[in-house]
Amino acid sequence: MTGEAIGLVGLAVLLLLASLQVVLARNLFHSVLWLALALVATAGLFLLLHAEFLAAAQVLLYAGGVVTIVVFAIMLTERLVGESIQQMNRGIGWGALVAAAVFATVAAVLFRAPLPAEPGGPDPATLAGLGRALLTAWVLPFEALAVLLLAALLAAVHVARTEE
Amino acid sequence: MLRAYLLLAAGVFAIGLFGVLTRRNAVGILLGIELMLNAVNINLVAFARYGAGVAGWVLTLFTIAITVAEIAVGLAIVIVIFRVRRTVEADHLTLLRG
Repeated sequence: MTGEAIGLVGLAVLLLLASLQVVLARNLFHSVLWLALALVATAGLFLLLHAEFLAAAQVLLYAGGVVTIVVFAIMLTERLVGESIQQMNRGIGWGALVAAAVFATVAAVLFRAPLPAEPGGPDPATLAGLGRALLTAWVLPFEALAVLLLAALLAAVHVARTEE
Repeated sequence: MLRAYLLLAAGVFAIGLFGVLTRRNAVGILLGIELMLNAVNINLVAFARYGAGVAGWVLTLFTIAITVAEIAVGLAIVIVIFRVRRTVEADHLTLLRG
């Protein structure tokens, strides 16, 4: 087994276990911590896929920013601290069935599709190429994204403001 | 090898979907959405490595930024709902039910 395969198996097990704990933990705060672990495992996967910049961005924005925001939201919306109330609604059976069906469908397609066997390709991704692409071929969505972030920031501040 | 990455992403997506469908707390549902978007990112970066080139990376950065914006607005809404209704259980928020 190559080093990449061993790393992939280890990170895959970690990621799947952490994801299961995110959706199954009774304490919501524990779910957030498991999500942080899952996001860091994903950053490890990005490193395996030679995307170092994305791994850093993932840790900074996702595991750093999103987890922090969710922790604040949990602090502001829980009435009783440390309470482990029933976290699942009545639809566990149907939910599991739908999720399994989605996974089975995607897996069936994946086993039938002709996928490239070797990494690399006509134009392998580089960090310089990423910077160049963001400012030439992808500049319109890039600028639109900036507008979106500004709008989301203003919307969040306005929606959550306290009335005078 | 690419198939392994894509299957892993599909598995994480299915787990996130299960979380969205079965969680009671609104924040718990948002955590499931986070998992689904994370799975999409794994897919994009895997394809970038196996032939798609830099387009996969660009789209991954876009989805990360969009996820951050969505989480900010979504949690602002959840906080306001809690302020008004004193609950964030999805089963109790039924004002729009027909």
